Amino acid sequence: MIAASGLTKRYGRTVAVNDLSFTVAPGRVTGFLGPNGAGKSTTMRLILGLDRPTAGDVRIDGKRYTELRKPLHTVGALLDARWVHPNRSARAHLHWLARSNGIGRRRVDEVLELVGLSEVAGKRVGGFSLGMSQRLGIAGALLGDPQVLLFDEPVNGLDPEGISWIRTLMQSLATQGRTVFVSSHLLSEMAITATELVVIGRGRLITQCSTAEFVEGASEAAVRVRTPDAERLRTALTGLGKRVTDIDGALLVDGATTDEIGELAAAHGVVLHELTAQRGSLEQAFMQITGQDVEFHAGPAAAPALIGAPEGVSRP
Amino acid sequence: MTLLAVERIKLFSTRSPWWCIALVVAFGVGFAALAAAFTDEQFPLSPQSTQGGATFGQYVIMVMAALAVTTEYRFGTIRATFTAVPSRTAVLLSKTTVVALLAGAVGLVSAFVSWGVATLIAPGTDIAIDTAQEWRGVAGVPVVFAVSAVLAVAVGILVRQTAAAVALLLVWALVVENVLTFLPRIGDDIAPWLPFNNVGNFLTAGDDVASGAAFGFAVDYPFGPWGSLAYFAAISLALLVVSLVVAQRRDA
Repeated sequence: MIAASGLTKRYGRTVAVNDLSFTVAPGRVTGFLGPNGAGKSTTMRLILGLDRPTAGDVRIDGKRYTELRKPLHTVGALLDARWVHPNRSARAHLHWLARSNGIGRRRVDEVLELVGLSEVAGKRVGGFSLGMSQRLGIAGALLGDPQVLLFDEPVNGLDPEGISWIRTLMQSLATQGRTVFVSSHLLSEMAITATELVVIGRGRLITQCSTAEFVEGASEAAVRVRTPDAERLRTALTGLGKRVTDIDGALLVDGATTDEIGELAAAHGVVLHELTAQRGSLEQAFMQITGQDVEFHAGPAAAPALIGAPEGVSRP
Repeated sequence: MTLLAVERIKLFSTRSPWWCIALVVAFGVGFAALAAAFTDEQFPLSPQSTQGGATFGQYVIMVMAALAVTTEYRFGTIRATFTAVPSRTAVLLSKTTVVALLAGAVGLVSAFVSWGVATLIAPGTDIAIDTAQEWRGVAGVPVVFAVSAVLAVAVGILVRQTAAAVALLLVWALVVENVLTFLPRIGDDIAPWLPFNNVGNFLTAGDDVASGAAFGFAVDYPFGPWGSLAYFAAISLALLVVSLVVAQRRDA
């Protein structure tokens, strides 16, 4: 369980994280979503006690990170896969990490096996691909068999196989009852991986809710219906005040649920060939909700914003 | 103890310390061999004059010690370390201890092997280590290496960048102190207070050839050789304390 309250971090005049409060519960994957520069990494660093908050605090099971004894047993984190010395071997890297928290050598070999790096354990990390480095970072996070796991953009630069491996791993960790907090700017990835979302923009909390709620709340629900008796169904639906549009041989009904339409069709004796809920994508939802909070807008407005201080960056 | 072991693993699982150790010993022994081979009346061989390579060794040791910290900042392993062990002071003190112990061990080997090689090359000359002054000149080398390592680690923690830390240490030791020492009028007043001059005083005081007094180079130190060592150690420790406070406060 991670709990942030009023978390604020200023670097000079720039406010990186602004009065951020959220909780991350165990037993599921919680996505930490926001555009680049929204303050995700800063928040991760604050959770790990690497940076000091300007105000507020963040606790892990009621304790500040810096109060934890042998913290690798409580929290495992992958913040940056390149935080390794290039001339050290993978095994040596994990060995010193393990030793610092009283973890034995056997566990080092175990996690190397777990992430599939046993073959290259003796090779220098400098020659690793990004995917291998990510696996090494994950091995380091798993060393102490912690109940809380933090991953900062773990799928960045990975091939599809690596992405699916990490996704499965995070979900299995959550199924074991662990707290899994994973940041990403890849909305589609979060839609598949995370069941809960903490969404931030410009260092502020935009919303915390389930992924399904986030999508539903942001994009209007619509239902696609295909029936040989389109005209009767249309009349029934418009009779209820629903807006109906034709799209390639089917009806698209706004503001209705599949339950409603199914029951309505049954009541009117209309045969249905298809009844599908049209989910708005997470991208759509994100653009809609965070439209005001994207750090640097794309398009012509971006140039001046990049040169000068973008409006809102230094607001209190 | 755990933290000392961690820092030991980290230090020896990279290559730069090995290169530095090899360089220090090779240069120390090489200098002693040359001094012994070309000794004459003007440059009589003494235990202290076999240690001419120690100054260069001290600089290499400082580079190694600074690198032990700055590479951690460069590669981000310092953040991995602080995540594994949130007590930064404990981490950095362990690192300082390990680096200083290694520096001392390298100094010990380098100093006595250098002296031994010199006795082998010039068997006719008596350079047995008999007096307290001669012991200080040879056995003092590991002490100087260890304290210099502390100083360099402190500078490394403060500036965090390899180039900046190494440049600062070497430019100070090689350029700034020399320029200040030979400034007209005020040079004589400043020279006794410069830390690296004091290291020279500690190692060579009493030996006119090694200290340069025989060639007209003399600084009027306010303290004796041991006072000079204490002065250098005090500066190094003060810098270490400052660096630990800074590291504890700032964002990693």
